[in-house]
Amino acid sequence: MAYKIIASQCTGCSACEPECPNVAIREKNGVFLIDPKKCTECIGHFDEAQCVAVCPVDDTCVIDTAYPRYQA
Amino acid sequence: MQEMIGNTAGHANHALGEMLDKIAEHKGCGTSGGSGKSSCGSSDGPSDMAPEVWEKVKNHPCYSEEAHHHYARMHVAVAPACNIQCNYCNRKYDCANESRPGVVSEKLTPEQAAKKVLAVASAIPQMTVLGIAGPGDALANPAKTFKTFELIQKTAPDIKLCLSTNGLALPDHVDTIKAFNVDHVTITINMIDPEVGQHIYPWVYYKNKRYTGIEAARILTERQMQGLEMLTAAGVLTKINSVMIPGINDKHLVDVNKAVKSRGAFLHNIMPLISAAEHGTVFGLNGQRGPTAQELKALQDSCEGEMNMMRHCRQCRADAVGLLGEDRSAEFTTEKIDAMGEVVYDAESRKTYQELVEAERVEKVAAKEAALQELDVTDVRIMIAVATKGHGRINEHFGHAHEFQIYEVGSFGAKFVGHRRVDLYCQGGFGDEDTLPSVVRAINDCHAVFVAKIGACPRDELKAAGIDPVDSYADEFIEESAILYFKEYFAKVCAREIEHQVRGDADIRQGAFTAAA
Ligand code: SF4
Ligand code: SF4
Ligand code: SF4
Repeated sequence: MAYKIIASQCTGCSACEPECPNVAIREKNGVFLIDPKKCTECIGHFDEAQCVAVCPVDDTCVIDTAYPRYQA
Repeated sequence: MQEMIGNTAGHANHALGEMLDKIAEHKGCGTSGGSGKSSCGSSDGPSDMAPEVWEKVKNHPCYSEEAHHHYARMHVAVAPACNIQCNYCNRKYDCANESRPGVVSEKLTPEQAAKKVLAVASAIPQMTVLGIAGPGDALANPAKTFKTFELIQKTAPDIKLCLSTNGLALPDHVDTIKAFNVDHVTITINMIDPEVGQHIYPWVYYKNKRYTGIEAARILTERQMQGLEMLTAAGVLTKINSVMIPGINDKHLVDVNKAVKSRGAFLHNIMPLISAAEHGTVFGLNGQRGPTAQELKALQDSCEGEMNMMRHCRQCRADAVGLLGEDRSAEFTTEKIDAMGEVVYDAESRKTYQELVEAERVEKVAAKEAALQELDVTDVRIMIAVATKGHGRINEHFGHAHEFQIYEVGSFGAKFVGHRRVDLYCQGGFGDEDTLPSVVRAINDCHAVFVAKIGACPRDELKAAGIDPVDSYADEFIEESAILYFKEYFAKVCAREIEHQVRGDADIRQGAFTAAA
């Protein structure tokens, strides 16, 4: 699995972008999105998903069940 | 500008003579600004500030009440990210408490911001201060914040730089702040006790981890205190902002005041919580109220002996442009800035303007001292609301006032103690029946209201509410007029023509200050 950002809730604050250890997050049309091919769920880097930890809107960075679980 | 810097000789001659005779004992307060903390120090003067600090802040519109009237500041919104969450803030929208527009407002790149600053500085010679306060936290976006400073410093080195922060990341950036010669940093400190802090901050993001509860507040307060101490050691001026939240940190702020003073902060600005359900903040939604004007003043008074308080903060939005209380940001939108060609920075006309302002300021201080010399000592004190467009004069029509400045006047002189925002009473020449009562409520603790002009109808209503509408000092200097009025008032009290009464409390209007000029 990877994380995804629910665009309708994203404030576009950019806080998550520099925190991602895999540079998986970028801006598009004022909101941010995660590249599922790059996202490792922060496994191997941090104990918690950085985008989730820093995002000011709860339940905006969430697991994207469309992708299989990330294998470290 | 010319007509505002006109001749004002003869101010001090009004009817002072007869009062002089009545003064048995003149133990007035130092009229030329005594040393140290005198009880009569005003919030704008050198009397209660170290000379080197005054030298640094005298042209800063946020730090010197007096400079408010002559100099302008602007904020650029280059810092959208934040690293903590406050219960009085909903990051999506404009935050009235932290002088921060919401992230939905205009966001600028450092390059756009620098261009905007140069364009504004060339059009508005009063613009002497550039601040970065958001929309998030200046130091949670260090690359953007410092890039903006770098670009501006290159082209316009005369502009002072300042930034606001919640302090969490501050210790990591003190060296850079020093290197950019940023001489004003504002830290928002609402508590020094994690027990209190846990009710204000649900979480902080620190060292790649989200902390909650008491632990979050403990990290925040430790970092804030460490950052403040480091700034003081580095010789950077630091102001503290606190949001007064009744029932949560109101009494505690007296301790905060002591803690920040002992660590070298030069100003403490206590602001009322602005909270309404439609802001969507935790406090707004759970019905947390803000303080009344009287509660705020009582707290500010109890801290006053401790250090300089800043009573004139209007909690402007972080993208405001212009003199305080006069937002010209609509003239400088991103679109308009992008459409401009290369901006030529006009250093020469800026200098000329600033010299004129200096001259007027010296004159104003002299007028105030002349009026003070004549004062009697009594324990009568009154509050006066003043409608002003700036320049320290009574020069606004009652119906056009977005806000009133509040002065407390007594034998100690006239002291600026705050301001009240009001809904516009007059729209296009017609008094709006609905807003007048709210204006009256906003200045209900005042004995008089000084205006340049006032219509017959509001005049009667004010009188009915026991507030004396005064237009006889139109275009005169505020403090001097306030003292003259006080003398007349006091004479009437002595002659038993009127009875002195302390008036009631007043309302604090909700919402960020965004009134356009
Ligand atoms: S979970 Fe980690 S790796 Fe994935 S997008 Fe968020 S910060 Fe990046
Ligand atoms: S931190 Fe959250 S709100 Fe901010 S840009 Fe990232 S996803 Fe959007
Ligand atoms: S909010 Fe306004 S008055 Fe307060 S510090 Fe900022 S610019 Fe100055």
